[in-house]
Amino acid sequence: MISKGKFGKFGGVFVPELLIPALEELEAAYLKYKDDDEFNNELNYYLKEFAGRPTALYHAENLSKKLGCKIYLKREDMLHTGAHKINNTLAQGLLAKYMGKTRLIAETGAGQHGIATAVVGALLGIPTEVYMGSEDVERQKLNVFRMELSNAAVLPVESGSRTLKDAINEAMRDWITNLKTTHYLIGSTMGPHPYPTMVKYFQSIIGQETKRQIMEKEGRLPDTIMACVGGGSNALGIFSEFIGDDEVELVGVEGGGHDIKSHRTGATLTMGTEGVLHGSLSYVLQNNDGQINEAHSVSAGLDYPGVGPEHAYLKDTSRACYDAVTDQEALEGFRLLSKTEGIIPALESAHAIAYAKKYAEKKENKGKIIIINLSGRGDKDMDLVSRQIGG
Amino acid sequence: MCQIESYQEMFERVKEKGEGAFIPFIVVGDPDFETSLEIVKTYADSGADALELGFPFSDPLADGPTVQAADKRSLSSGMTTKRGFEFIKCIREYTNIPLGLLVYYNLIYKMGEDEFYKAAMECGLNGILVADLPPEEVGILLDTADKYGLDQIFMAAQTTTNERLEKIAEMCTGFLYVVAVMGVTGARSELADATVELVSRVRCHSDLPLAVGFGISHPEHIQNVLSAGSDGAIVASALLNIIEENLENKEVMLQKVGSFCRQLKEATRHKKIEELV
Ligand SMILES: Cc1ncc(COP(=O)(O)O)c(C=O)c1O
Repeated sequence: MISKGKFGKFGGVFVPELLIPALEELEAAYLKYKDDDEFNNELNYYLKEFAGRPTALYHAENLSKKLGCKIYLKREDMLHTGAHKINNTLAQGLLAKYMGKTRLIAETGAGQHGIATAVVGALLGIPTEVYMGSEDVERQKLNVFRMELSNAAVLPVESGSRTLKDAINEAMRDWITNLKTTHYLIGSTMGPHPYPTMVKYFQSIIGQETKRQIMEKEGRLPDTIMACVGGGSNALGIFSEFIGDDEVELVGVEGGGHDIKSHRTGATLTMGTEGVLHGSLSYVLQNNDGQINEAHSVSAGLDYPGVGPEHAYLKDTSRACYDAVTDQEALEGFRLLSKTEGIIPALESAHAIAYAKKYAEKKENKGKIIIINLSGRGDKDMDLVSRQIGG
Repeated sequence: MCQIESYQEMFERVKEKGEGAFIPFIVVGDPDFETSLEIVKTYADSGADALELGFPFSDPLADGPTVQAADKRSLSSGMTTKRGFEFIKCIREYTNIPLGLLVYYNLIYKMGEDEFYKAAMECGLNGILVADLPPEEVGILLDTADKYGLDQIFMAAQTTTNERLEKIAEMCTGFLYVVAVMGVTGARSELADATVELVSRVRCHSDLPLAVGFGISHPEHIQNVLSAGSDGAIVASALLNIIEENLENKEVMLQKVGSFCRQLKEATRHKKIEELV
């Protein structure tokens, strides 16, 4: 391997020996095609014509007025399939095609990444199988149906906590068994090298567009950028272009669950400790022995006891800060944006909205220019939210 | 207790007799501390030349359903890292054959490498294999193993290139764990031809004793890998299946485990006929 994919001490390749050659092959292909004209032309074509890029940077005037800051929303929710996940699945799907892989596998929690993989499988004609914890299959029935409509097979995972982390374990096991034919399309900036680096690169288009757009609209950089953090891909996607701009405050918002101090939380960076899960060293939610805890969040996309290693690095170097909002606050954020702007956010993204509200309430933050990465739309969450807050 | 036998001594001992080493596996604390201990004693009494002991982990991504279920039983019976070392100490009081630990890296990381290896030495382990720690991430662990006189064992797989094999063989002490299948742990009815090829390929790159594991579930599998040049065979899921199927009746479980172990050990005494001539 050319790089070990370290961010400070975090990251790495903590995987069984069997996987190493596959990671080497993937790293080599990624390094080759990321600068390949034909690959990029094809990717850019699909990003524009299939997914709907560029997305708008929308000045949310009503919300701005209400909160006393100037708030822009990066509208990843407008993309095909309803979230930023498609940026990564198009790129990795194409990469798999260029590598000659004949089968895609993916894990999914909420179903967003599963759907984004399924449609890319359909688009590129690559058979696709999606691992999903059986608990999530129950919670997200409509998304299972959407994946199946796009011709993907959804494989319920019964092991462990039967949620996202177990779906990842099962997808890894499948990959170990079928390396030659199969590309494992990981959905976030996590896992062993090269995934955290590669997924960030494929999501960095969010940050590139955002920087151009904010300069056009404001003639200056924003004061603060906020994004929700599950594995961390939408956050790193938008942060990436601004990491070198020290004056821009970067905030990652985690799923606090019931209460971050309880065990019922998904706030890995806020409440977790250093550990190795799914191939990299980062922060994890774990007990004193290093057994991984189950995470809890109202949003399935933030319901993960690990987090991408670059976020661990950004936290430890204080380049970004991380905080959590509770399920209850997120539901309020969900309502707030729906009511004030007529934009129904994904529950994941609603965490960033909820945080923005708390942030704007502080005197020292009044009048600031804030960009919120609206990573996805709320269609998938209708069922759950209507049950939680009543129509 | 007489002196702990090293891997080298054990492999020489069986070789002198014209046999291969039979190395059964258990997840410590499966299904509970006491029963697990009785199972391991049964292994030792039924021909085991060394023992492979796994600490349970919540997210064992190199393991199939059988080991996952064993991990779960062990964890829900209250197994912890500390109790795991106590368990090994109990085994060490019973037998002097080599004891190897199979563990996922996070358990080591959480406790601290030095403290973990020290505890491993103190309870009488011979070596440690970390399932998710390839040579790339070894860091100072080799020195730590050295400091406490422990063997650091590595895996070689079908996907491992010759170049990597050389590197792995250089780091590895005790024995080299040859992964028989492309996949996760679990009993299998057939042994792939590729396994046999892999054993001969590894043989060309290393003088270390070789033990083949993953999927070895029949006496014939053992004969095949020994005749391909392996020095031993590790059997896990096929034994764990017996445990799982007989959770309700401990006596039957121990008796079946014992008789299957004797069959497997017997297989190490008879390499394939055609290889003998
Ligand atoms: C809309 C949306 N936002 C955010 C996430 C969390 O993932 P990440 O942190 O990788 O952006 C998900 C995951 O499913 C999602 O669907």
